Amino acid sequence: MVFYVFFSRKRLIDNDRKGDDRMGQEYQCKNGQLIVEMPKEIDHHCAKELREDIDRMLEISHVKTLVFDFSRTEFMDSSGIGVLIGRCRNLGYTGGSVQAVHLNERVKKIFMVSGLSKLIPIGAAQEKAGGRFDGE
Amino acid sequence: MENRMRLEFNAVSVNEGFARVAVSAFFAQLNPTLDEIEDVKTAVSEAVTNSIIHGYGEKEGTVIVSCTYHGNDSEVVVMDSGVGIADIEKSMEPFFTTKPELERSGMGFAFMEAFMDEVEVESEPFKGTKVTMKKRFGERKLEE
Repeated sequence: MVFYVFFSRKRLIDNDRKGDDRMGQEYQCKNGQLIVEMPKEIDHHCAKELREDIDRMLEISHVKTLVFDFSRTEFMDSSGIGVLIGRCRNLGYTGGSVQAVHLNERVKKIFMVSGLSKLIPIGAAQEKAGGRFDGE
Repeated sequence: MENRMRLEFNAVSVNEGFARVAVSAFFAQLNPTLDEIEDVKTAVSEAVTNSIIHGYGEKEGTVIVSCTYHGNDSEVVVMDSGVGIADIEKSMEPFFTTKPELERSGMGFAFMEAFMDEVEVESEPFKGTKVTMKKRFGERKLEE
């Protein structure tokens, strides 16, 4: 028995903000693994909303592994680092683990420069947040 | 060749994306590598975010971004008329933040320094802050 929670961001964001960019963004929770599809651009502007959305999902589903999927992410600055560190800490209280997947070269550079790669292991390619399988 | 541009916009978070894209479009004239332009975008995003969050405390205000280049030497200046920084040295320490409740990572200046060649901060309490960042774009050969 597999349990899915689909959580469309479309309803959560007001239309005048980067709505189009984030259409179809999904949170998928399966067997204790929550996969979060990260937005195209992660900065201070979207940080608060992203933080609240992830925390809400962490509250309602018993997450053992939190996977940040960066398939769509083209830009991230230090505001994104704050969001990731904060979520790791929250999950740490309940003993869960964290992983980041599908980082492009740029996001990888941000992970390296900030030292975030020591806190969040960069995982091998796996099932994408949208449920597609990239076959790697 | 020399060129300059100046942007003035409201200190609201939606303009962070606008500022970094506008700056990268301006420097695209120098034919930089993708990595170089992404470095500048990240640095601009950090400086503008600082002005919005710390300078104006997410209240009303104006941020000015001016860019110049001379040959392959680029310069970006981000200015605000916000609260200023009392201790610049302290503020530039990695992981130091005055707003941990907002989950700020304290990596803003560290990122600017990592991605640009030179970063200079001038600030006066209750007057404002001016961040000057310089980067030299690599010479690209047209004929290989």
